[in-house]
Amino acid sequence: MIGIRADLTEQDLPEVYYSIQDYSSSNARWCPGCGDHAILTAVQKLCREKQLPPEKTVFVSGIGCSSRFPHYMKTYGFHGLHGRAFPVAEGVKFRRPDLDVFVVTGDGDCCSIGAGHWVHAVRYNMYMVALLFDNEIYGLTKKQTSPTSPKGTFSNTHPKGSVLPPLNPIQSTLGFANVSFVAQTADWHPAHLYATIKKAHEHPGFSFVRILQRCPVWMNHGFSQAVAKDNSVTLLDHANGIELDPQVRKSFKQVIQHDPSDILKAREYAELEDSLPLGLFYQNTEAERYDEYGAHNLHMPVKERLSELNGLLDRYAI
Amino acid sequence: MDTIVSPPRGSKQPTKKPTVLSEAIVEIVSDSGEGAQKCGQSLGAISAKMGNGVWTVEIIPAEIQPPARSRAGASGIRVRIGSETVTNMGDHAQLVVAFNEQVPYGRIEQRAYKPGTHLLIEDKWRNDPTEKIRQEYTEAIEQFKVLGADVIEIPMEEECLKVVKNAKKGKNMWVLGMLSYIYSRDLEKAQQQIRRIFRKKSDQIIQDNINLLMSGFAWAEANLDLHFEIPAIETDQEMLVMNGNEAISFGVMAAGIDVCSMYPITPATSASHHLAEHMEAVGGLVHQAEDEIAAIGFAIGSSYAGKTAVTITSGPGIALKTEFIGLAVMAEVPLVIVDVQRGGPSTGLPTKVEQGDLLSVLFGDPGDAPKVVIAPSTIEECFHFVILARKLAESFRTPVFVLTDANLATGVSAFPRPKVSEDWFASPIDQSDWEEGVRPYEWAQETGLSQRPIPGMKGGMYTLTGLAHDEESHVAYDPAINQRAAEARSRKIAALQLSLKEPKVFGADSGDLLLVGWGSTRGAIEEAVATARSEGLDVSSLHLRFMSPLEPGIKEIMQRFKKVVCVELNYSDTVGRPLIGDHNRRFSQLAFYLRGNTLIDIDSYSNVFGQPLSPIRIYNMVKRMFDQYHAQLKAAKS
Ligand SMILES: Cc1ncc(C[n+]2csc(CCOP(=O)(O)OP(=O)(O)O)c2C)c(N)n1
Ligand code: SF4
Ligand SMILES: [Mg+2]
Repeated sequence: MIGIRADLTEQDLPEVYYSIQDYSSSNARWCPGCGDHAILTAVQKLCREKQLPPEKTVFVSGIGCSSRFPHYMKTYGFHGLHGRAFPVAEGVKFRRPDLDVFVVTGDGDCCSIGAGHWVHAVRYNMYMVALLFDNEIYGLTKKQTSPTSPKGTFSNTHPKGSVLPPLNPIQSTLGFANVSFVAQTADWHPAHLYATIKKAHEHPGFSFVRILQRCPVWMNHGFSQAVAKDNSVTLLDHANGIELDPQVRKSFKQVIQHDPSDILKAREYAELEDSLPLGLFYQNTEAERYDEYGAHNLHMPVKERLSELNGLLDRYAI
Repeated sequence: MDTIVSPPRGSKQPTKKPTVLSEAIVEIVSDSGEGAQKCGQSLGAISAKMGNGVWTVEIIPAEIQPPARSRAGASGIRVRIGSETVTNMGDHAQLVVAFNEQVPYGRIEQRAYKPGTHLLIEDKWRNDPTEKIRQEYTEAIEQFKVLGADVIEIPMEEECLKVVKNAKKGKNMWVLGMLSYIYSRDLEKAQQQIRRIFRKKSDQIIQDNINLLMSGFAWAEANLDLHFEIPAIETDQEMLVMNGNEAISFGVMAAGIDVCSMYPITPATSASHHLAEHMEAVGGLVHQAEDEIAAIGFAIGSSYAGKTAVTITSGPGIALKTEFIGLAVMAEVPLVIVDVQRGGPSTGLPTKVEQGDLLSVLFGDPGDAPKVVIAPSTIEECFHFVILARKLAESFRTPVFVLTDANLATGVSAFPRPKVSEDWFASPIDQSDWEEGVRPYEWAQETGLSQRPIPGMKGGMYTLTGLAHDEESHVAYDPAINQRAAEARSRKIAALQLSLKEPKVFGADSGDLLLVGWGSTRGAIEEAVATARSEGLDVSSLHLRFMSPLEPGIKEIMQRFKKVVCVELNYSDTVGRPLIGDHNRRFSQLAFYLRGNTLIDIDSYSNVFGQPLSPIRIYNMVKRMFDQYHAQLKAAKS
């Protein structure tokens, strides 16, 4: 069986063991070759690795190709409104510290229509994983310019090429107050993708992961340089960074040592122009967490609630 | 230890006997920031504590800091005190205290006063160093007299300065003392009230204010002939006094709701303020979101993962929340949405009352989005309806709207203290295993109802979606599923209607004219109907509390009357105005809704002055209708 150590005796076996099958729902309906498939695989692998109870795991998404994600998981899911995944996920987590919450969002979903919520989700720093599926285009609605589309992208809203330079989600997130975890990975590096999501899941706070995601249908040439040429990707490596197998690390031709506690350097690397940086930009496990506030007065016994309330009503009595 | 200071100006007369009144309407008006509202609220609270019926309405200038001594800048409060339960702001003031002579003008324009109203005006302006002000003052006094007011000039500032160095702060408590004498208020209770208001202030400040109170009282006793008494209501029930937003807040807490997710907006905010102050101690929390969309999204997320949450807002907030409301309907997420209505559209009249959101709440979402909408008609109902809303939201797996308005929000009244019961509390989040084989939307054929799985329940895993979906919550690719699902959601509303009772008619069960209202206007409508009936006019009224579903039997009730008129606070065209006739007139919102529902030719009477409806306006309208009717009859005969 995959995922079980060979030396496990029968006694060590947990009562229920969740296999990949236990996390997969219907067949994913993304296009063949879509980067979303790889991300789904990595996430299901993480669930199995961590043995997340499906009933305690919630995937919240917005609207877009990527936001179909929860339908393909056999956990709890919330496929809500375009741009509004963060507030829903925050509401889920606020009084349910026992739930493992993941947010799946697209570049239009997160960085355009939902940008206001993105800023605040970072600041709330609630314990959850946010996965930005960035294909640099609007997929579901058939090829409109996204805020992350490179300048000059031919799209149905800019047939002569998009006119503005793109927004850099890593750079932006690093600028938001109370930021605590920012990483970048790519769908075509399964090992790095998996290791990044795992690191994000272990982070006690809001972990923001931008996943460069290929959309062969609308962005045929998207990331093609990065996929084809090793030197157009730079690995941000560090003992406190993304944990990689030495073999995998070796496959990266360009490596920079970057201490993820250094936010100034992180911002500098976020701007690397000719070589896409993958890795952990920034992590701070001490940042203030709003979910801790949300859970601080849970489970007050009804009797106590009643007596508090009656005491309060006394003040309005005549 | 309480010292009575300020020797009265005239010689102390033998104790006068007060004239007994069944009720009094008092207004205190000033520039904003002079404490008129605090003075009136205190008078209201003291009266309520003495066992009187009370209703207070704030008089709010639109600007936060209008220029001083301006006619439009009147800020203040109306207090109606009665020997019976008071349900609305009433008609004309009996007595007005004005801190300058300009502020009454705005109120006169609004027909708040009548000949004979006692107008007690600060007299310091008579000797103001500025010539223009002195002139304005004398002119105004003359005009008020010509208009028939009983003008009494009062040396408020002069008297205050005998007690404190700075009369600016504290004049309101001197006035409270004066009013306490005029209306025979209990001085012990008045002092308690001062201690309560200033509980966070120094002992010196408390003592100064008590001294001002006593000084105002003594001065009035020595110098005024106005002296009344308003006997208490006879009751042995324990009573609570609060405003409508406080009642909403208490309703939220008594419903055992754990999360209130909001974004500030007048006139809803004070409900959330109250919750922010107290909800934590009873086991819940307020979340101030980054905007209204996030506020409702957060509440929906919270409801989805556990107990029903509440979001509190006003019209512009509802507009922003609309997409999420549709999601909550579509995915059947229980949710309580409180809409404290204000004047619209757009930013409109932020502080003023209007019942303008009915149709947008009922029909604002794209597609068919049936939901439950209830409307409390009193402050007491504000409390109980939130508890009801939470229950309905969970039983019918739906968003429930509670529609109140600015009038209920700031109006203060007393009501019997409810015995808060454990049954009102939401039960703890169900985490038992989900029954195998049961689908997350297993719509019952008869009722459309289904059970909802909550994250944490083993075996209940599903993905909620706003896309058309089948009973498994799987995206529907077959159009027949959408038709069936829409039917199930609609049927739930019909199922709720089955459990409702026919509403009671106020007045006679059949007759010439039926007025139909909803929300905060009930007190004024019923008072007008009572007056008209006492004069022999055959008019009754019906007040609706369920806007969706409607209570059963409404059509049958209406059919027993010759004419039906909806009376409400929103816009409708008046026939006879330019371009407007019977062929194209736009009706008020409830009328529009009920006409479609009953096919009865319902008329409407409504306006958007931003003022609560007064009984006399409604009475005059009724009278006009009867006069017209009789004139028509006469014409037909001859
Ligand atoms: C309020 C609203 N506006 C617009 C849309 C249409 N819409 C659906 S998905 C989408 C963009 C999707 O792009 P992205 O977020 O990048 O996700 P992708 O499909 O690329 O994964 C848009 C504009 C919508 N569903 N709701
Ligand atoms: S359109 Fe692009 S993003 Fe959407 S499923 Fe197809 S390949 Fe993936
Ligand atoms: Mg995209």
